[in-house]
Amino acid sequence: MKELTLQIRTSPHLKTTLSTDTIMLHVILSLIPVVIFAVYAFGWSGLTLMVTTTLSCVLTEYILNGKDKGTKALKDWSAVLTGLLLALTLPPGFPLWMAFVGGMVAIALGKFVFGGLGQNLFNPALVGRAMLQAAFPVAITTWTNAMAPDRFSSFIASSLTLPFLEPIKADAISGATPLSAFKFDKITTDVQDLALGFTSGSLGETCAVLIALGGLYLAVRKMLNWRIPVGILGTVAVFTGLLYLIDPSKYPAPLAMLFSGGLMLGAVYMATDMVSSPLSSIGVWIYSFVIGLLVVLIRIWGGLPEGVMYAILFGNALAPVLDKTIPKRIYGMPSVKTKTAKA
Amino acid sequence: MVNKKATTTKTGFFDQMASAPSTDEFIKGLWRENPIFVQVLGMCPTLAVTNSLTNALAMGLATTFVLVASNGLISSLRNFIPKQVRIATYILIIATFVTLIDYGIQATSVALHKSLGAFISLIVVNCLILGRAEAFASKNNVGLSLLDGLGMGLGFTFALSCLGALREIMGNGSLLNVQIFGEAYQEWIVMILPAGGFFTLAIWLLFFNVLKKKKMA
Repeated sequence: MKELTLQIRTSPHLKTTLSTDTIMLHVILSLIPVVIFAVYAFGWSGLTLMVTTTLSCVLTEYILNGKDKGTKALKDWSAVLTGLLLALTLPPGFPLWMAFVGGMVAIALGKFVFGGLGQNLFNPALVGRAMLQAAFPVAITTWTNAMAPDRFSSFIASSLTLPFLEPIKADAISGATPLSAFKFDKITTDVQDLALGFTSGSLGETCAVLIALGGLYLAVRKMLNWRIPVGILGTVAVFTGLLYLIDPSKYPAPLAMLFSGGLMLGAVYMATDMVSSPLSSIGVWIYSFVIGLLVVLIRIWGGLPEGVMYAILFGNALAPVLDKTIPKRIYGMPSVKTKTAKA
Repeated sequence: MVNKKATTTKTGFFDQMASAPSTDEFIKGLWRENPIFVQVLGMCPTLAVTNSLTNALAMGLATTFVLVASNGLISSLRNFIPKQVRIATYILIIATFVTLIDYGIQATSVALHKSLGAFISLIVVNCLILGRAEAFASKNNVGLSLLDGLGMGLGFTFALSCLGALREIMGNGSLLNVQIFGEAYQEWIVMILPAGGFFTLAIWLLFFNVLKKKKMA
């Protein structure tokens, strides 16, 4: 008789192949079309900006983690992703030294002080951007037109500002974003241009279609909670739709709202950050509803033309509350109802 | 009775200087028991009025005056103040000196009075002053209480100036209203906003805690 070999193993016996670094890597891969389009639309300035923030994030992560843990911390790709996302939220002509500071703040203040990956309360890239917005309000709202003819032959003048100096003012090439054009001058932009990205704006927030495709890929691979973008975009569409029905001359069309500014990038890549979004499905719906509502409120009645960043940061702050108040069923445990009945 | 902490180790420069108990009461507020960097007391003025070095210095010196005067008066009255109403009495004494310094600043510099705003009156509820009255002045003689108030006040001024200087340099490119960088300097607006107060406090706390840790090791 053949001898039976028994293997003794501890649970879990079924393991998912998804690990943090695979997910992060796929998110980065899904961003590649957006990145390529950003370089195509904004030229060398866009490329150097992305390289700068990524480098700054990676360096900060490495230094803060110390010699022994540094390389290990970099292997999960999260620092690279943070740097890339931060660059995508910045205007193309943003001074590189400021972008470097932003990357440092994103990792140090947004992630490291909370205890590293998995512990951060807020999306690190948005923390970096919020700090930059508060510190350099002029530089971060100076936009340049997409598809400038000399984008591959020269840098945008303000990109190469020396550290700690004010960016060179070049009013001739600055262009208003579709959102500020509508808010302050009531100029509407063609929806087709908005969706395809032939407008001025931050690096990665112009081409809505490519971002949506990247999000779709991640959602199909189950590396992204589809409820969050659907919830946010749905809320924005419904609210602006209602307002548009009331007075089309005063309020922007819902499609223009969906495709303009950082809404698509925020809804697909920022709000879906696994660490800083709620765990339960009900929590996720409330979270995305609140973000969508705040985006509309800030864009239409707030002082700023764009409010996606603050809306998502507020949603991040809400996430732990939602997780605590909404009871969730833990896999393998009795359902919540019987548990609370016993207690 | 001298309120001396028996557990503190005496190794540093300041500590060696502080051989007599009276000098020790003065020295401890500057460094070892610094009101902001060690006790983390009086956070309201620390965060609110340190957006420039001028404001920080004025606030620190005004607080020092109130601290010294109220410590002295409370200490001299410590045997007459009934225990049940002591807090009310302390507040009354402190408020008197705050009103004095309030009028004093208004008489000397209206601009400074305007930039400090309500925070001068708010010295009354600064927990540092009430804390020293309750913890020290009510238990020690007048001389030691005056020294304690002076040390704590100067320590407070020193800490406030640290914050004010960093915030003014970064946020405005100037120090004591004198531009120190050229025209092209990019101001970090966030530093003179309320959020910058928290950042700067965190930076200095980190710096002093690292220093302390190195000293201990």
